[in-house]
Amino acid sequence: MPSTTNKTLALLLATVTLLPAATSADEKQLSVYAPVATYTLPVLERGGREYVGLLELLEPLGRVSSQFAGAYWRIRYNAVDGAFIAGRTRARVRGRDFDLSGPFLVENSRGLVPLSSVVSLLPRFLGTPVNFHESARRLFIGEVGVQPSFQLESGPPSRLLLNFGTPVNPTISTEPGRLRMLFKRDPIVSPGSQSISFDNKVITQATYSENNGVAELNVTATSPLMASFSNNGKTIVITPAPTVAATAGPDNQAAPGASPATPQPPAAPAVVHRPLAVVDPAHGGEERGAALTDTLPEKDVTLGFARLLRHELELRGFAILLLRDGDSTVSLDQRASAANAARAGIYLSLHATSQGSGARVYTALLPVEGPSKGTFHAWNSAQAPALAVSGAVAAAIVADMQKRQFQARGASASLRPLNNVLMPAVAVELAPGPNGISDLSSANYQQRAAAAIADAVVSLRDRLVVQQ
Amino acid sequence: MLSVVAMMALVVVMGFYVRHVRTQVREAETPAVANALPVAPPPTGPTETVTLYVADDAAGSLRPRSAQIPLPSGRQQRAEELLRALVRLYQQPGSPHPLSATSDIRSIYLVNPGTAVIDLNAAFADQHRSGILSEQLTVNSLVETLAVNVPAIQRVSILVEGKARETLAGHADLTEFFDVPAVGKAVSAQ
Repeated sequence: MPSTTNKTLALLLATVTLLPAATSADEKQLSVYAPVATYTLPVLERGGREYVGLLELLEPLGRVSSQFAGAYWRIRYNAVDGAFIAGRTRARVRGRDFDLSGPFLVENSRGLVPLSSVVSLLPRFLGTPVNFHESARRLFIGEVGVQPSFQLESGPPSRLLLNFGTPVNPTISTEPGRLRMLFKRDPIVSPGSQSISFDNKVITQATYSENNGVAELNVTATSPLMASFSNNGKTIVITPAPTVAATAGPDNQAAPGASPATPQPPAAPAVVHRPLAVVDPAHGGEERGAALTDTLPEKDVTLGFARLLRHELELRGFAILLLRDGDSTVSLDQRASAANAARAGIYLSLHATSQGSGARVYTALLPVEGPSKGTFHAWNSAQAPALAVSGAVAAAIVADMQKRQFQARGASASLRPLNNVLMPAVAVELAPGPNGISDLSSANYQQRAAAAIADAVVSLRDRLVVQQ
Repeated sequence: MLSVVAMMALVVVMGFYVRHVRTQVREAETPAVANALPVAPPPTGPTETVTLYVADDAAGSLRPRSAQIPLPSGRQQRAEELLRALVRLYQQPGSPHPLSATSDIRSIYLVNPGTAVIDLNAAFADQHRSGILSEQLTVNSLVETLAVNVPAIQRVSILVEGKARETLAGHADLTEFFDVPAVGKAVSAQ
């Protein structure tokens, strides 16, 4: 029975985490691209207008709290206060009044603002300009937009190089004469023209469009295409799919007298295999972890840190299963079960401490092994076969953190659920930096650490894919 | 008349007896002053040189340190006094790995073959600082000190107030037996 419960929970966790990627095309959504996070939010229709939750919009960008009393809805983002009145358009942020394009709504204590007001409202909270593609519902905070450039090599074979300048992670599909790339989490913007024609007999045109929070690039050709990544995921190379050899190889030669080989179907849709990383923000819900300060529990730091790491790994071409994306209680067994069920290439547990400085990277200190049956490993030492690769990952993370001026060291710890995880697994405990304890809640500090971890994981990508 | 006097005398005697019994019960229920002390006093007697593996938070590692401490003759009592000496070291001002003043080792059970069970008091775990490094250093320090000074111990379990506990203070796993060679290897690698 517990096993069934664990499997159900693992499926639920995977479903919840992967839900944004599987959002129905009919469901309206807003994509937000910021230096610290990329995320999507549901867009609601109320009274013929599109609305979005203000707390949800600001929450991934900093520390946010809200309060609803009477008709007044107040919000604090970092040190900026905002006040709204249910049913009114007049609002006040940083002590200054301004008008929304429609009435402010409160539903179940949740404050909703008209989507068309976001472009004027957000800079008042963030202090930075935003760029809103309203018809496509794509919001860019700061200078995050990525403009692709095209480079056609006539060949033969013809090759179209799409350069992005940063790693991208589109969903790629092909159909006869067309290759389609959907950028759900990358801040891709128009290459300057909606349509680019090429003077080439095979690859003829590329078009750009964006809709419902997603950017789309289409490449049309006179023959089937395939795509591959190069330059650390910063470049997508599109080439004609190889045609099937006219003569069979020695292993599958046609028998004498048999009919000629039947024509082969068109090349199958290009499949881009992405390694899966499980990111686990430790603690959560009733389990607060260490009290880093009087008001800062470890569980809050690990969640913010995990979201940044998710973003960094996605930029580097990894698919991510985040085991907790809110303040929920998840047991250690449930975390291990979810990670094992996902059959990921790497498991990364994130912790934070107020003691010491820099970071510690831990692999499992395995206990006395319980009884194993045949090829099945004991639950308490399931990590044993992957421990060598875990050590390599930990060493790579330490090295990458040291390159970024973190005081980092590796060690072993009897820390669950590391020993229950089948795949390479490490725990990173983030400690204060040069600015002391305030570093732990600094998005910049966490970002540097997340980038170091992501770089290290990418450097061992091939070994992790084998594990997966 | 005589029987009335005898009855009254009997009542008086019974009254004194009941009072005496109540006093004895009250004394038995009152905890001894020694039990209320946070830490057991160190034993007295001839001292021996032992090696304590002392955690250093700043360095993030254990350091062996020789100490002269009085040790009783029994193997189990020696193990208990050894770890109590280690705990007292951590409770001193300026300790490199502070533990609360009320932390203590309740007892150690040596179970053949080669198994030791350390029973901590509640204050040890409840007031321990939370964090992977701090908790793991404590565990390593207890296990390594015990293993080096009490031969033949191969695995160690840690209880709190005689009961199994998930973690020391939110991180270090206490649900499994610590493998002494594995802990020794981890300590050497630090």
